Amino acid sequence: MSNNNGFNEPDDARLEQEIPEGDAVERALVPDVEGAAAHEVAGADEASGRGEGVGEGKEVAGLSQGQIVARRFFRHRGAIFGLVTLALVTLASVLSMGLGPIPGLWRDQEMRSGDVINGGTPTLQIPFINGSTFSLGMYPFGQDSLGRDYFAQVLLGVQTSLFVAFILGAVALILGVTVGSLAGYYRGWVDMALMRLTDLVITLPVIVIGAVLGALISKLPLRLHAGPETAVWLRENMPLLLAIALGCVLWTGLARLVRSEFLSLREREFVDSARVAGASDWRIITKHMLPNAVGVIVVNTTLLMSSAVTLEAALSFVGFGIQAPAVSLGRLISENQGAFSTRPWLFWWPGLFIILIALSINFIGDGLRDAFDPRTKRVPSARAMRKAEAELAARQSTQTAEGGAR
Amino acid sequence: MIGRKKTEATPESASRSAFTDAIKLSRDTGGPVANGDVILTVRDLSVQFWVGDEWFTAVDKLSYDLHAGEVLAIVGESGSGKTQSSMSLLGLLPPTGRATGSANLKGTELVGMSIQELREIRGNEISVIFQEPMTALNPVYTVGFQIVETLRTHYLMNPSAAKQRAIELMTLVEIPDPADSFDKYPHQLSGGQRQRIMIAQALACEPKLLIADEPTTALDVTVQAEILKLMRDLRERVSAGIILITHDMGVVADMADRIIVMKDGLVVEHGSSHDIFTNPQHPYTQQLLASVPHLAEHADGDDLAGPPQTTIMVGDTPVPLSEARTEQTPALLMEDVAIVYPKQGRRPEFRAAEHINLRIEQGEVIGLVGESGSGKTTLGRAAVALLPVREGTLTVGGHDITHASLKELKPFRKTVGIVFQDPGSSLNPRLPVGESIGEPLLLHEGLKGQALSKRVEDLLDSVHLPRAMRNRYPHELSGGQRQRIGIARALALNPKLLIADEPTSALDVSVQARVLDLFKELQEQYGFACLFISHDLAVVEQVSSRIAVMHHGHLVEVGDTYDIVTRPQHPYTQRLLSAVPVPDPEEQRKRRELRDAIIEEQHIVS
Repeated sequence: MSNNNGFNEPDDARLEQEIPEGDAVERALVPDVEGAAAHEVAGADEASGRGEGVGEGKEVAGLSQGQIVARRFFRHRGAIFGLVTLALVTLASVLSMGLGPIPGLWRDQEMRSGDVINGGTPTLQIPFINGSTFSLGMYPFGQDSLGRDYFAQVLLGVQTSLFVAFILGAVALILGVTVGSLAGYYRGWVDMALMRLTDLVITLPVIVIGAVLGALISKLPLRLHAGPETAVWLRENMPLLLAIALGCVLWTGLARLVRSEFLSLREREFVDSARVAGASDWRIITKHMLPNAVGVIVVNTTLLMSSAVTLEAALSFVGFGIQAPAVSLGRLISENQGAFSTRPWLFWWPGLFIILIALSINFIGDGLRDAFDPRTKRVPSARAMRKAEAELAARQSTQTAEGGAR
Repeated sequence: MIGRKKTEATPESASRSAFTDAIKLSRDTGGPVANGDVILTVRDLSVQFWVGDEWFTAVDKLSYDLHAGEVLAIVGESGSGKTQSSMSLLGLLPPTGRATGSANLKGTELVGMSIQELREIRGNEISVIFQEPMTALNPVYTVGFQIVETLRTHYLMNPSAAKQRAIELMTLVEIPDPADSFDKYPHQLSGGQRQRIMIAQALACEPKLLIADEPTTALDVTVQAEILKLMRDLRERVSAGIILITHDMGVVADMADRIIVMKDGLVVEHGSSHDIFTNPQHPYTQQLLASVPHLAEHADGDDLAGPPQTTIMVGDTPVPLSEARTEQTPALLMEDVAIVYPKQGRRPEFRAAEHINLRIEQGEVIGLVGESGSGKTTLGRAAVALLPVREGTLTVGGHDITHASLKELKPFRKTVGIVFQDPGSSLNPRLPVGESIGEPLLLHEGLKGQALSKRVEDLLDSVHLPRAMRNRYPHELSGGQRQRIGIARALALNPKLLIADEPTSALDVSVQARVLDLFKELQEQYGFACLFISHDLAVVEQVSSRIAVMHHGHLVEVGDTYDIVTRPQHPYTQRLLSAVPVPDPEEQRKRRELRDAIIEEQHIVS
């Protein structure tokens, strides 16, 4: 079946038997549902098979496609692991450092500098690793060279990373889907123009964009004779600006994928049938084609977001990304790079969180891809197979026993 | 043995083929076979699939014996387990499947064999002819290479000997100019030739068992006839046992010695071909046979008075427009229509249909038949303005839509409907079917809420589907149910003209019979005119009053259904008609002889 959604259809073709053969042609036009059910029960000897994919069909009976995808997704261990980790990291960050103007629960919200206690070593104690009991202590992740609480900085940096990832994802999603769907649907010169534009954007190096943006932020207020408050505003909103700028560069991959998806969808007959029904282009694109391309879109946006986390860190590390006073994981590593040999925790903590976030988003993306791909089949574990076999054998032996008793 | 004529007494006296010197690498199971030996013994073979959290039984306790030189047909509808039961012999089940029971190939147990051992069996002792020759051949290698590859996997032979043997095999399967075709890629060959290559590849190692899985289903009826002829010839020359898996009773009648009828994984009937066709015991077999459309079923000699009422294409003169039979404006009028696919890049423009003259009166059903690629679907799509008409005029219900703009087309859309071929692709998988049916009503009549809901329910009633089904998604419905939904949607606006583009070709034969009944009933009820497109003359004959035959973008014959199926005038129509297999071995033999004569006469190799 060329059907690219290809979910195996059940074939309760017994319902086909509602039209009896021969003499019963003059039956009432309105079949009642009870009648159909009765037919289903009585349909053992009638001339209709189970139909193709009947086995797989049992698994998806009565579910919408969204539900099928959700079910496959929640079976994916890696994806669930990623989802839980990401949720925990987000929760920890929001609870401790607050969200925007709302203050969090952690005692140090301002990140004041202070005395460096015990060389700034982390006070976090974890059983079996460096202590007997679990305790946070005063500075769980230690202090940086100015005596600021590293825990507060890292968790605030996590927020920045997630914020950048989501804004970047959203911008790339809107641009990529719009460009890709228009190019794929209209083809011809629209496609030509949009795809050449895409090619042009692909040639823009991301590092240069970051560098230019960083330079603009410091120079533009001076050029435009704006007040210092504008400069401060720009610096404080650096993560937002960076995310939008990067989103404007990174939509190209998504646009190409959506375009190719649309090119194949547009040949499907349901699009033709919508056209025959008189649907407008807008309706065909939004109602008929986009929902069918949602798999490609969701999966690739997720993967783009995970690469955005590392990209932001990399840009900040080389000094082109987020600048003070905004905090980001990459900037933390960059600022403390001189201290790595003496105080390695200044490197480990932000690094650990970058890995956690990027990996869990990647796992979620993988889970989504498997969930949207109908060809992935679950192979049962050996244990489950043995159990089912034992049950089957037990059922058969009871049946033979009953048969013998009769 | 393959490639050696039966008249040759011993291998020594045979012209020395490159093959005779080859040393077999893979082991030879159970030694040579003679005609009539039992090759395969299958006992209690069950196939199960892991679904949800339990084993789902796809095939239940299948048992049979297969003799050398015999054709065993396994017949059943989709989902009956006919393919899986044979694939389990080769260990080709998907990872979620497993086989139990016993299948014994000349003393070797196949069920539970390790992958390494199976690899020696596959292609060597057992080979398979798949349904779709385009996807079963690798498009980046030449067909010759692919045959050689099979040979050299199982035999120690040098490349030139393997090539010589491959050319021998290609000659055996009647590929025109085998030495030249050796270096061709699959896309350079026609569908029928590709299937011949598949057969050559399957025969390469002189297998003991040949599994043909729907070998002709993807082919046109005329090509199917030629492939079946080839397979019948090979049967005489090859000492292998053949398992033929098919749903087509006509093919079975043509080939099989014995038949197993399967339903829902169970064998319902097992017997000789003659017994099953003349005296089917099980009600399912009877119904299966009854639902196969018979060609010219109601023909009798009395109607043959007078000259046949058909017009044919003579030379380059196209079939003229038939005269108006009534005063009413015709539902569809095509005058000298040409439809052209424009040039794309380097690909030159393609004239899919030319000089088409066709008139469909109000309430009349016209069948349009032809091979794939003949342009019949193109014609149907042009009639609903999905494709532009390059030349001529196209009038639907008195409105000229030849050069209508998108805005002008909107009122026109209300008067036409189309039912597509593939019910899997023609419904939006993300919309509940009720919404799909209601879409034309929403767009044209602005119906919403209760009123829309009422109309959708009425439409579901008229195609005999329960109203509760409106909330289901297409993947939850069977093929037949989906096609009913497609019909309901096409009829939503009560169109004057309906285009039915192969509405039953993707359906099982019993489901097809019911959908055709429904179609006839609805046609009487609604009285729409219809262009019924199909490659199957027997189907078209059931529903239409007149038939138009299309060949290479031209209409070659147009006339009354009865005359077309009994007294075709154009040679192409004759060939088409003679190729339709009939589910009756005796009748089929007569037709086959006639057909072979026609093929000989017209020198056609596809």
